[in-house]
Amino acid sequence: MIRFDAVSKQFPDGTKAVDELTLEAPTGKITVLVGPSGCGKTTSLRMINRMITPTGGRIWIDDQDTAEMDEAELRRGIGYVIQHAGLFPHRTIAANIATVPMLLGWGRRKSEARALELLERVGLPANYAKRYPAQLSGGQQQRVGVARALAADPPIMLMDEPFSAVDPVVREQLQDEFLRLQSDLGKTIVFVTHDIEEAIKLGDQVAVLRGSGNLAQLSDPAQLLAHPVDDFVADFVGKDRGYRALSFQQSPQFPLSRESSVPLGATPAQAAAAARDGWVLVLDADRRPLGWIEPGRITAPVRPEMLARGGTVATAGGPLRNALDAALSSPSRRGVIVDDQGALLGTVRAYEVLAEIEERARPELDEADLERAGLRPVEETPG
Amino acid sequence: MINRIIAWLADVTHWQGDDGILRRLVEHMEYSAVALVIAALIAIPLGLYIGHTGRGRFLVVNAVGAARAIPSLGLLYLAFFWLAPRLSGEIAFLAPAGLVLVVLAIPPILSGAYAGVEGVEPAVRDAAVGMGMRGTEVMRHVELPCALPLILSGIRSAMLQVIATATIAAVLGLGGLGRFLIDGLASQDFPQTASGAILVAVLALAVDMVFALVQRSVVSPGLTGRYGKVSL
Repeated sequence: MIRFDAVSKQFPDGTKAVDELTLEAPTGKITVLVGPSGCGKTTSLRMINRMITPTGGRIWIDDQDTAEMDEAELRRGIGYVIQHAGLFPHRTIAANIATVPMLLGWGRRKSEARALELLERVGLPANYAKRYPAQLSGGQQQRVGVARALAADPPIMLMDEPFSAVDPVVREQLQDEFLRLQSDLGKTIVFVTHDIEEAIKLGDQVAVLRGSGNLAQLSDPAQLLAHPVDDFVADFVGKDRGYRALSFQQSPQFPLSRESSVPLGATPAQAAAAARDGWVLVLDADRRPLGWIEPGRITAPVRPEMLARGGTVATAGGPLRNALDAALSSPSRRGVIVDDQGALLGTVRAYEVLAEIEERARPELDEADLERAGLRPVEETPG
Repeated sequence: MINRIIAWLADVTHWQGDDGILRRLVEHMEYSAVALVIAALIAIPLGLYIGHTGRGRFLVVNAVGAARAIPSLGLLYLAFFWLAPRLSGEIAFLAPAGLVLVVLAIPPILSGAYAGVEGVEPAVRDAAVGMGMRGTEVMRHVELPCALPLILSGIRSAMLQVIATATIAAVLGLGGLGRFLIDGLASQDFPQTASGAILVAVLALAVDMVFALVQRSVVSPGLTGRYGKVSL
């Protein structure tokens, strides 16, 4: 657990980067600091490993006051990932990853073995060990940056906009892998970003900061979307909040309609026989959906380029948002639901998803926020 | 003319003895090496320190600019008239010559070391400190190796300048390849003068090549882009 206790940072020129920030980052969870530029999020992060010294207040790691620890030792016990990776250009990838183990005196062999293990862990091939940073793409360098931070297995990780310098496709990939890694490792992570989407996707809890490190709201992402505390947070969180909040609600067992399908190469007659309301779904050999087709418009056996591919596919039991999107994006208006292997289970209509959404209770206001808003709790209505 | 120079250089007697080419060559290299080592011992730590701390940056800029404007021969006489009465024996002649060479060699090495350290990417330095390297560890493990290409370039250009300028030692009656220049001029033996100049140039190029090889072997391929064969 990392605890900010009325932490302030005033620079010599008088500007207050952070003003009496009080915040707790719970053990094993991802706490995201998010806010517009100049809100003090990076300053707050860098005060944890004392890259910046607070001018007021205290930062605790478990029961230890960080101000009383040796700087270098404090930092060796904290993984540190920065925006441009900051890999050492003169060292091989393996040597980069082994940096902290070597500093801790693990010895060369053990450090190198650990580096190879981590290289695999972050999804890079083992023969990258002997390469140099300049030979890697930005996304690959960032993976090495994460591996390097994890090398000595620190309980805490600080990540300062680690994915913001790579292109959107790679960013999403890195985010997904980061979440997968975290579900294995359970580190206490403080993560800084200016991207609210990233914050909502990655955070177990999200701290929205406004100018000079004022904590505007600290909530889990679903709560943040459902109940922004004020206009600033509501603006910052952005539009489509209702839709985005569906990401945090699991789909139930929908009453799926059976969907008949055809394989690639089916004749127009076969496709027409299987079609319902003018559309039929085309599957591959493993029953994975490839796309929809209108049998009335084809004159030859089904080829891949004939398929309408606009429809997204939702996994059964996944977020409601995906199920709704599958229905909304489907050319046939029937949303495709698949199992964990990606094989077709059936289809669902948008109104069926919406009916389910309306059944759900919206997240209730936190007790603390009730008081602030001057509201009384909702009373349990019998029946 | 060229034939006479070749004839002079080809004359075996010119290569031997106490005033022969080989002896002068060794002297010349000795003067140069000593001056270069002293200059490096002063300029590298100073440059690293200034680059690391950012303190005294103005010193580099001004010192380097000013030193380029120093006339070496003028400095040599100045140093000689100042030092010679205070010293005795051969050292009274060696010290002024050495001083000139050291003063000449410091600026390129200093600015190379400084620029090398200062040029380390801020993110790299930030990562080094953030992972728990202490000041000297950042210097040893990150700043120095990253600055190495520029430090070595500084040493190479200092070395070229020192070898070329070490000829002025002969002005004070010392040895080195400058002897052939001075003596040749005095006796109007132009083949000897020209041969001396050629020998200095050849020596400079040869030593530069050796340094280039050293540079290639000590600088990380990660910095030079010479990765060699990488198995895919």
